[in-house]
Amino acid sequence: MSFPMPDVSALSAPYWQALRDGMLVYQQCAGCASRWLPARSACPSCLGTELSWRTASGRGKVVSWVVYHVAYDDAFKDRLPYNVALVELEEGPRVLTNIVDSDAARRLRLDAPVTLRIEYEGDVALARFKLAD
Amino acid sequence: MANSEPSFLYGQKVAEALGLQPKVGASLDQGGAANITLISYAAMAIDAGMMDIGIVCYGDTPRTGSRKVYQRPRGDDAVYGWYATAAGYALVHQRYRQQYKVPDEHFGAVAVAFRANGARNPRAQLRQAITLQGYLASPYVIEPLRRDDCCLVSDGAAAVIVMSRKRAQSLGIDHAVPILGFGQGQESWEVHLRPSLTSTAAAASAEAAFRMAGVRREDIDVAQLYDCFTITPLITLEDYGFCPPGKAAAFAGDGGFALDGALPCNTSGGLLSETGTPGLQLVIEGVRQMRGEATLQIRDARYCLISNQGGTLHTHSTLILGTPA
Repeated sequence: MSFPMPDVSALSAPYWQALRDGMLVYQQCAGCASRWLPARSACPSCLGTELSWRTASGRGKVVSWVVYHVAYDDAFKDRLPYNVALVELEEGPRVLTNIVDSDAARRLRLDAPVTLRIEYEGDVALARFKLAD
Repeated sequence: MANSEPSFLYGQKVAEALGLQPKVGASLDQGGAANITLISYAAMAIDAGMMDIGIVCYGDTPRTGSRKVYQRPRGDDAVYGWYATAAGYALVHQRYRQQYKVPDEHFGAVAVAFRANGARNPRAQLRQAITLQGYLASPYVIEPLRRDDCCLVSDGAAAVIVMSRKRAQSLGIDHAVPILGFGQGQESWEVHLRPSLTSTAAAASAEAAFRMAGVRREDIDVAQLYDCFTITPLITLEDYGFCPPGKAAAFAGDGGFALDGALPCNTSGGLLSETGTPGLQLVIEGVRQMRGEATLQIRDARYCLISNQGGTLHTHSTLILGTPA
């Protein structure tokens, strides 16, 4: 069974490599200090192109989440039900992710604090999160 | 324009099949908002003297054809299991539900109201009323979305004809329904990157349409609100200025959308019952209401408000219709 792996491009390679190195990184604009994910070739606020990668603390909060009860790809059939959450990093950028907590369905709530937990799907390191205690 | 099988020069293909060589021809990439937007562009092109009579049409076959467009993986986030159009709406539904502490029954009330209307529409695809209990018992698809929060997947097609009042009179067309106002609003970011999940550019769309029409919110007698999922008409009602943020759910829960409610809505069943084909059925039901020819006619209705939207609340268009002279 093959997983829908990310399409790693020259633009996004630093993001995926950083996760392999144990860090979650985001982009920041030198011109206007905006911060975002996923990777872009220009700042979404000012279109500046002088960009740098910054390391996130790995702390964030839950903005919303869903739980799939239907698999739209056979690769996820064995994982049902599984959650996908929207997490806002404390530095500002937002990411879609999974909350890895067997009790997540009961414990998830708005603004729940979460911390980064890097997990591998095949060869690819992913930025999953767990609920902070 | 069909969403599930996008192709180039679709308008020209349809025109050729109809034996027409139109002065103006185009298809539009706005998902479910395209229908009202095309009606507004037709009106403007007529006003500018570029054409005389316009046909705005839509057809698609996701029911017997491919549903891939609705189920597709969403970029690099698919590795986390992020698939399907419904997921973005589920994310919005969850945020709204949690932020405003909305009981599930209020979402259910939307489906119950619209499906009750669909049950009485002999042309509806789903002619079956549901109960609140049945809604709550329907299985989760992408939680918090239950099956009964989701619109139908339908094969369908529809068209409306747009012309000037003068042309309609010279052709002896009775009961031509006047277009009083229209507007659009656009979101440029992916839903999860928007600063707010629970308010949209539908506000700008409605503001433009009401300003052009010169009518007030309280003048609207009947509405046809895009109901791809139950959360959509709730957020639309708030963005349109009929309810403060977070209050549309209670409005629905109190029966506000019912035929005898404060704003009767989706009187032919909407996307939840009449057909899931996006958008034009709402316009056509608006036309029937303004002509006094609807199956579930709202008595003395003078103004009808119609919303279309597409993507995941990305594109918004609004139409206000009046009664024939």
